[in-house]
Amino acid sequence: MGVGIEVTNLNAWYGTNHTLQDINLNIPANHATALIGPSGCGKSTFVRCLNRMHETNPIARVTGTVRIGDLDIYNDTTPVEIRRRVGMVFQRPNPFPTMSIYDNVSAGLKLNGYSHRQSLDEVVEKSLKNSALWDEVKDDLKKKSGASLSGGQQQRLCIARALAVDPEVLLMDEPASALDPVSTSKIEDLIFQLKSQYTIVIVTHNMQQAARVAENTGFFLNGRMVEFDSTHKIFTNPSDKRTEDYITGRFG
Amino acid sequence: MRQEFKTRTRLRGVVDKAATFLAVLSTLLVILPLVAIFIYLIIKGASSLNLDFFTKIPAPVGESGGGMANAIVGSVTLLALASLIGVPVGIGGGVYLAEFGRGTKLANAIRFTADVLNGVPSIVMGLAAYSLIVVPQHHFSAFAGGIALGIMMIPTICRTTEEMLLMVPHAVREAALGLGVPNWRSVISITVKTASPGIITGCMLAFARVAGETAPLIFTALGNDFWSTSLNEPIAALPLQIYVYAISPYDDWHRLAWAGALVLIVLIVLAVSLVRFVTSRGVLKGTS
Amino acid sequence: MPPPEHSAIRRFLLARGNSAIADRVFRALMILCALSIFGIVVLIAWQLIERSQLSWQAFGFNFFWKTYIDPTTGLPSYWDPVNGYFSALPFVYGTLVSSLLSLLLAVPLAIGVAIFLTEMCPGLLRAPLAFLTELLAAIPSIIYGLWAVFVLVPLLRHYVNPFLIKSLGWTGFFDDSNPTGLGFFASAVILAIMILPIISSLTREVMTAVPHSQREAVLALGATRWEMIRMGVLRNARVGIVGGVILGLGRALGETMAVTMVIGNTPEIHRSLLANGASMASVIANEFTEAVTDMHLSALIEIGLALFIVTIIVNAIARLLVWAVTRGAPATQR
Repeated sequence: MGVGIEVTNLNAWYGTNHTLQDINLNIPANHATALIGPSGCGKSTFVRCLNRMHETNPIARVTGTVRIGDLDIYNDTTPVEIRRRVGMVFQRPNPFPTMSIYDNVSAGLKLNGYSHRQSLDEVVEKSLKNSALWDEVKDDLKKKSGASLSGGQQQRLCIARALAVDPEVLLMDEPASALDPVSTSKIEDLIFQLKSQYTIVIVTHNMQQAARVAENTGFFLNGRMVEFDSTHKIFTNPSDKRTEDYITGRFG
Repeated sequence: MRQEFKTRTRLRGVVDKAATFLAVLSTLLVILPLVAIFIYLIIKGASSLNLDFFTKIPAPVGESGGGMANAIVGSVTLLALASLIGVPVGIGGGVYLAEFGRGTKLANAIRFTADVLNGVPSIVMGLAAYSLIVVPQHHFSAFAGGIALGIMMIPTICRTTEEMLLMVPHAVREAALGLGVPNWRSVISITVKTASPGIITGCMLAFARVAGETAPLIFTALGNDFWSTSLNEPIAALPLQIYVYAISPYDDWHRLAWAGALVLIVLIVLAVSLVRFVTSRGVLKGTS
Repeated sequence: MPPPEHSAIRRFLLARGNSAIADRVFRALMILCALSIFGIVVLIAWQLIERSQLSWQAFGFNFFWKTYIDPTTGLPSYWDPVNGYFSALPFVYGTLVSSLLSLLLAVPLAIGVAIFLTEMCPGLLRAPLAFLTELLAAIPSIIYGLWAVFVLVPLLRHYVNPFLIKSLGWTGFFDDSNPTGLGFFASAVILAIMILPIISSLTREVMTAVPHSQREAVLALGATRWEMIRMGVLRNARVGIVGGVILGLGRALGETMAVTMVIGNTPEIHRSLLANGASMASVIANEFTEAVTDMHLSALIEIGLALFIVTIIVNAIARLLVWAVTRGAPATQR
């Protein structure tokens, strides 16, 4: 089951570029939360701060606190440990090219030393069913490589891979931006089903997508979070003028 | 004016033709020795090859017949020893350059030194191995020869490993990190594994290169007319045996030298063609 | 709030450590592997310096240019381990003459091949021809030597050398005192064949690195293809080509087996290119296992040390030149 996320005074830099400024935010457990905003507004940087992927870039720097459940991820733990509890799906599908479908899904467990054969089989099946890919690949799990699937299938494979480690939070950084409309709607359906079991944070540049899948939405602009509220409120009656301008398409 | 322009244009055309002719001619001149070497190797080598070559040790001076079985086994032993040193250290160095040291001054210095070391004559490597191992031990040994060859493999493998690792997309690394996989595990099981066809190619090339090396073996492995598999004794090697037979005055030995050369070149050409085949099919198929 | 229920998998992952120690050990190991490259250079230098001390202390820099006079014959003598004459001069001379002569033969051909392959060759032929020149680079030195001894040298002896003596004998570089066919010229020819692929593949690399717009700019002015190559390509690539030539020189200087088999191995200095001689690498290969006195060994190792230093410098210069051209260039087609 998912846990909530509590962000206090989060600031982030790339070199001298102050990409996130004083972010304060509470993301509720077992709900989908969408982050919207024009490109370069810091929304991707924000999700990368939630599993400490941000700091894999040597020039990046972060201050402030992020609590996932009751864990302060910047003080109580290490990047490796926190990333096992927080799954991430990237903008472009990135299956491991030399691995079979089965190995891709079980990679997170196997590479962390989990080797119980039978339960691996169960986890792979469950994760692929959860990501709505099982029926399409169940016959050649170990024959086909992850890279041989179509773009949309690859992205669902990546979701299955993230689900296999049974995360408490699932971060999705524009998961459908590289996909065709049919694949996109499949991913959206998936998010809709998964959000009762996981806390999902999804970055998107597509406002309709946010409206379709998320209960809550945050609007980012120039490294600040302008407004955070229920999706319904953001899209029908935003409190901030800038949010309204963005929603109604006056800029961005 | 117009007339002058015409003659100049014609002259330029002639120069252009001449240049083309010279370029084609030089290409032919370069292919010629290659073809000649292969024809001689096949004619002279094949006629001297027989089962004895692969099963017998050299016959004593004056007797005809004999083979190079001990030299083939010796070469295999030396190359195994060399790979044992060169492959892991070379790959490790390449991993450092591509995964940890990217953009640092240290990595640049190491890369440069590796390239320069690649150009150091193999006989100098032999001298160093002699001085380091043969002198303290007071005798020549397979061990010293293997080390000399192994050291020669390191810079080549290091540089190709680096190049191949750099071709692995960043997204693949991120995917592994995002799963909470420890860095060492992610490098070995994801990055290196993804690049492994290219890395194997590099190892094969380094292998093919040292397989024909003679100079570093003359005063390390020394050569041996008899069976020897001990690492602590002088050992025969195919290229060494070819050298000894080629400069000998006996026709029978000359024929054996050609046969040995044919066997050596077939092994090397096989390795290079295999590499060519693998790389032409795309080193990292399906990663883009 | 009750503590959250964890699944079996979650409990397993929570129990895994952060493997910080394993990561640190792994990283240290990789750094160690990389540093071994420095280690090798230092080790070689240290060993060669230490073992050549005897000769260095006895002769100093004189080792490289001293000429002894044999008291019995009154003739100059350079290298006679029995009488204690140790001068590397004939080997330095032999190395320089054979290497430079080989460059003279190889460079025009290599550039011609590179031009043909990058600019003129029909696409269908390009890959096999490039493969053939690569194959030339993969043939071991010993096989070149073998071929040179049994094919090239007789060819030179019977056809080429008599022709050279007849037509160019007046220059003094080709006299008929050596009927064997061995010597500097034979070494230079086999060296040229060996270094050709190196120079031509590097030349090809820097030529393909010249941006296409440079070619088009010259062609647009109405230039012929040769003028386009000369002005648009060669001019832009010349620094890299020089780098490739120097790299070839580095290889020629240290080439051992093929040269040892055809240079004749006499420690003498002759003006004639058809005379026997010896090179730095060949004298080491030829005499090392037979050397009995410490001074003889030490002198041979000092020659090795000189070879090491020279090839390091030559290769460093070549690499810097090649890097200066190909840096930032698009990935080369191989």
